[in-house]
Amino acid sequence: MIELVSAERCTQCNICVAVCPVNVFDAASDGPPIIARQSDCQTCFMCELYCPVDALFVAHDAEGPAVVNEQVLVETALLGSYREAIGWTPGSRDRRGTDQSFKLTQPH
Amino acid sequence: MANTLSNAAGSIQFDADVLVIGGGPAGAWAACSAAGNGARVVLVDKGYCGSSGATAPSGTGVWYVQPEQAKREAAMASREALGGFLADRAWMGRVLDQTYDNINLLAEWGYPFATNDEGKSQRTSLQGPEYMRLMRKRVREAGVKILDHSPALELLVDDEGAVAGAMGVRRQQDESWVVRAKAVVIATGGCAFLSKALGCNVLTGDGYLMAAEAGADFSSMEFSNAYAIAPAFGSVTKTLFYNWATFTDEAGTVIPDAAGRHRSVIAKKLLSEKVYAQIDRADESVQAAMRMAQPNFFLSFDRGGINPFTQRFPVTLRLEGTVRGTGGLRITDQSCATSVPGLYAAGDAATRELICGGFTGGGSHNAAWAMSSGFWAGAAAADRARHLGTRTAKRVVTRAGGVALETRNDRPFDPARVTRAVQDEVLPYDKNYFRTGTVLHHSLRQLDLLWSDIRQADAAAPEDVVKAREAAAMTATARWMFRSALVRTETRGMHKREDYAKLDTAQRHLLTSGGLDEVWVKTRPAPALAVQEVAA
Ligand SMILES: Cc1cc2nc3c(=O)[nH]c(=O)nc-3n(C[C@H](O)[C@H](O)[C@H](O)COP(=O)(O)OP(=O)(O)OC[C@H]3O[C@@H](n4cnc5c(N)ncnc54)[C@H](O)[C@@H]3O)c2cc1C
Ligand code: SF4
Ligand code: SF4
Repeated sequence: MIELVSAERCTQCNICVAVCPVNVFDAASDGPPIIARQSDCQTCFMCELYCPVDALFVAHDAEGPAVVNEQVLVETALLGSYREAIGWTPGSRDRRGTDQSFKLTQPH
Repeated sequence: MANTLSNAAGSIQFDADVLVIGGGPAGAWAACSAAGNGARVVLVDKGYCGSSGATAPSGTGVWYVQPEQAKREAAMASREALGGFLADRAWMGRVLDQTYDNINLLAEWGYPFATNDEGKSQRTSLQGPEYMRLMRKRVREAGVKILDHSPALELLVDDEGAVAGAMGVRRQQDESWVVRAKAVVIATGGCAFLSKALGCNVLTGDGYLMAAEAGADFSSMEFSNAYAIAPAFGSVTKTLFYNWATFTDEAGTVIPDAAGRHRSVIAKKLLSEKVYAQIDRADESVQAAMRMAQPNFFLSFDRGGINPFTQRFPVTLRLEGTVRGTGGLRITDQSCATSVPGLYAAGDAATRELICGGFTGGGSHNAAWAMSSGFWAGAAAADRARHLGTRTAKRVVTRAGGVALETRNDRPFDPARVTRAVQDEVLPYDKNYFRTGTVLHHSLRQLDLLWSDIRQADAAAPEDVVKAREAAAMTATARWMFRSALVRTETRGMHKREDYAKLDTAQRHLLTSGGLDEVWVKTRPAPALAVQEVAA
């Protein structure tokens, strides 16, 4: 589930408020968006993909909340790791168009 | 009786030729196609067109087959038995043609298809985030007005019973919306009963309920028990990768015959104990291909500190209901019209029996169906709008919605309690995966009681109304599913009856269902057989 909105990184663009399919966030008048309805989170990771500054982190457990430490997430390069993997960061554009599904769906 | 819609109702109002409800692939293609045919289009989504629905966060294989007769023939024949001999060859052919065209259009629009080692473009799969980001861009460029976070709650009908628009709420603005339209396309996806399968919690059967209130009926609702493998802690359902897995029990003993393609063995075991998987049969090149094929499959492992290739992890089967089932609104002609004038259905909201009978499991057909049916429904809706012209300007419209919307001065509507009660009947493997007459009867009794209970409950409070309508829609959907499942006294497609374990050639027919207070089921003939039917 969604666990982190990094106050340090967030630029308050409110893109995550717009893209979360189940309306987990509330925009705040003076600060980063608030995780207002965490129990509605469907662990789809879409907010992470759309955050332009990798300020969000969705933990692996879909069944309940978890404790995360921002410092550790930065050190282990997990913040922004999904956006990078699909080629949506400026430095990873070459990963777009490398879908290898065709190698897995052919008879084996 | 339904309320007449006064002109003042709704905080924001739109007049459109075509209203598309739902902005997944089916809705996005419908909107583009309607706009391309000259219609003024509004698209509303419960979430956000581009990130919402089953496709956006996933990766989908697509039924993309070169237009060569031998290849097409093989593609169609390969699914005949799996689908329980109920699919329609003519529809399969149409969908193969349209999907081929649409996928090639995506390439023209800039979708980054991968190339193989010979440099040939590979077009049999789509990455959800890329695909749906591109579709949103196309929808906007087509001049469609998009309303995000604007769930539809009910349809509007005119005095002849034709659908004339819809209304709902804008949940981030605390206001409501009303769209009057000459035609409406329902593209709200399937119903996965809030099981937390990837991207599926927006899919609660809302469109089914709305359409049923306007008089639409359904088909193949017994084929609604798709379950997919996921790590017990995770949301990502990706059964394909488990073709390389070994399944073990608590003690570490290999479970004979358990496999991604033999999920029923896993379901049986899960009834009594935990089941573990390890994707230990993937060599290095397969592992690398998996990571590049669907990066999000690895998120929950990487983040949970598990190496799925070398370590065992607990698995579960998440219900995807009609999302990877084939039941949905009955389609009455090639334009994807429903049984109600002015109402069209596309994608998972519509039945997919036409191309895959009683079984899909995803397997590329649903994605092909979503883009094809959306394309046709949008074009037909635009056509209807053109034919109606200005004749609808003065029509009186009424609200078709009932449950959770009407003041009853009775008990309040408690969406969380209703949702749990429905889930208690549809999620358990021993009720829905493996079905028996006795258990189906019992579940239906609970669900019928629940329905009459919520019919008498008061209108939901404004802050609860979306969840209340979702809970009501899930209740109604479960009743069409189980009533149909009770009538089909055989095992066919994904519908498994423990008390009738064999395919019965006398039951090669389709089941139509419908009704709200009284649920009914009728049989109708299946399309002509292309191959000899054989018991599975
Ligand atoms: C994990 C996963 C993997 C899959 N893999 C494959 C595959 O490999 N191949 C394949 O063919 N198929 C696959 N499928 C199935 C495929 O994703 C669906 O068939 C496809 O997404 C259907 O498109 P759709 O537009 O009908 O519905 P969706 O994509 O589900 O979109 C429905 C939209 O309707 C909106 N909506 C719902 N209710 C309302 C309301 N009341 N008002 C307004 N809007 C509403 C939702 O927010 C959503 O945006 C997979 C499904 C899942 C879950
Ligand atoms: S998308 Fe990222 S930067 Fe923008 S408001 Fe959300 S967390 Fe902050
Ligand atoms: S993971 Fe999905 S549901 Fe959860 S907050 Fe992010 S976008 Fe919303």
